[in-house]
Amino acid sequence: MNHWIILPILVPAVVAPMIVLAVRHDIVLARVFSVASAVIMLLLGGILMGMAADGQTQMYALGNWPMPFGIVLVLDQLSALMLVLTAVLGLVVVLYAIDGWDRHGRHFHALFQLQLMGINGAFLTGDLFNLFVFFEILLIASYGLMVHGGGPARMRAGVQYVVVNLVGSSVFLVAIGLIYGVTGTLNMADLALRVPEVGASEQALLQTGALLLLLVFGVKAALVPVQFWLPGTYALAPAPVAALFAIMTKVGAYSIIRMYILVFGDGAGEAAGIAADWLLPAALVTLVVGMVGVLASRSLGQMVSFGVIGSMGTLLTAVSLFTPEALSAGLYYLLHSTLAAATLFLIVGLVVDRRPGLGDDLVVAPTFAQAGLIAGGFFLAAIAMVGMPPLAGFLGKLLILDAARDSDAVIWIWSLILVTSLLAIIGFGRGGSTLFWKSAAVKGRLETDGAPESGALSFVAVGLLLASLVFLTVFAGPVTGYLDATAAQLFETRAYISAVLD
Amino acid sequence: MEFIVASSVGVLTAAGVYLLLRARTYPVILGLTLLTYAVNFFLFAMGRLSVNLPPVISDEALGYADPLPQALVLTAIVISFGMTAVAVAMALRAYLESDSDHVDLSRSEGSEKADHS
Repeated sequence: MNHWIILPILVPAVVAPMIVLAVRHDIVLARVFSVASAVIMLLLGGILMGMAADGQTQMYALGNWPMPFGIVLVLDQLSALMLVLTAVLGLVVVLYAIDGWDRHGRHFHALFQLQLMGINGAFLTGDLFNLFVFFEILLIASYGLMVHGGGPARMRAGVQYVVVNLVGSSVFLVAIGLIYGVTGTLNMADLALRVPEVGASEQALLQTGALLLLLVFGVKAALVPVQFWLPGTYALAPAPVAALFAIMTKVGAYSIIRMYILVFGDGAGEAAGIAADWLLPAALVTLVVGMVGVLASRSLGQMVSFGVIGSMGTLLTAVSLFTPEALSAGLYYLLHSTLAAATLFLIVGLVVDRRPGLGDDLVVAPTFAQAGLIAGGFFLAAIAMVGMPPLAGFLGKLLILDAARDSDAVIWIWSLILVTSLLAIIGFGRGGSTLFWKSAAVKGRLETDGAPESGALSFVAVGLLLASLVFLTVFAGPVTGYLDATAAQLFETRAYISAVLD
Repeated sequence: MEFIVASSVGVLTAAGVYLLLRARTYPVILGLTLLTYAVNFFLFAMGRLSVNLPPVISDEALGYADPLPQALVLTAIVISFGMTAVAVAMALRAYLESDSDHVDLSRSEGSEKADHS
């Protein structure tokens, strides 16, 4: 058995209590531990990606219990890819946070490690109930991170976020109960075998469970009509936390990809393809809602948050086609949109630090420190986010449009993606020109008391993310090659099932 | 027995949803609690309802109660208990800091912004 597979969960699980128990009074040591753990996770991600690259699905049975009774972790190309993405994002975010953000409240680094543990676990687990447990772990940590630093508005946004997710968890449990009730198992591979055998009399229960599950993943992935919690939460969260949350919506998307291909995919008998009919319209509406929201936003943070909703719409449109080509395109867009959104959230943080009293409100005001550099970063990140050439967003959207060619809904997909891209360009163009360009014409200068908190290291973090976007663009060939193999492996459900159960 | 269990799950859920929709922190937290009770009850029933059946193997047993939902319910109870505590603490803090117990952000009194500290 390959013991490497459990390390991405174990490392943060060990480091987090160590930070709380041993070094909680020493912020420097806590930072050292946190950065070291992030670097280790990046290395682990690389190693696991190398192990998964041969196309073999590997499983890790905790406690060596026989399948399908024991708890199982599964490593395939998709989970390896998501681990690497999480680790890259985690490292950059922690670099930004140790520039001063982590001093605003207590236990930032411990919560941060627990959050990474939950995300890694959700990507690795091969069991529906453990998916629930890891969701809870990442949510509990995110509640703490969300209100890090405090303040009335942030606390209220935090309460709303907690309540929405608690209701989501309840619905998740009901869905799990229904599915367990008719199949008698929660192991995903075993479910894939049992679901086709469910009799006609119990189909109603099974399909209700499957759709409730889609609703829960939709809450995480900010799918209309359950997207309403996202703008308030992301716009009011601290900048590094919002950047980390960029991966949280993708946990929802990942779960949709995993469950509705493996368990409720083509081989699922009467319940086959149950998600597609609902997912495509919902994703297209999400796309429109997000991009119209970008146009209507009154602050930069809100604008990026709606941009995240719009990009989830694009991503889930690709996913909802359920073909290997569309999925590969969607995964490329997933990588890109996570990194682009995180970059923009960090840039919002840089702006907020330098505009005392105004924050990231889109109002014309005198210029501020390092406005040129920040404007350059924003320009690049916004180009990536809205999907203009030459950066990866353009390639991602192009791949998705190309993959949608054979779909029945091709007219809808093409027209909505193209029109909403225009909306996003106008929205981000307006935001950028208000903040950076028009401010240059106003006399005077906004000064902060002393140097802004986010200094050189924050710019390094933003630069790293921009570099990763460029990397994704330049090496689009090899990356899409890997993603094609990933998508093909996802649709080879037989190999997954036999790797886990045999 | 099925009727009693099913209707109590239904009543608990309905009451929980009603309280959630009040959108003020105290009723919302009570609503969440009722909702988790309903969910726990529901999960428990998913192992099929039975009376006097042993969950562990024995020679005299005629059938078995499914032990897995009971384990799931236990986990769910622990998690929801912890979550309720978190929600109470955060709701209190939010109320004390902002003088508003609305859960819905768009219904905030006045337009506050985060103090970008």
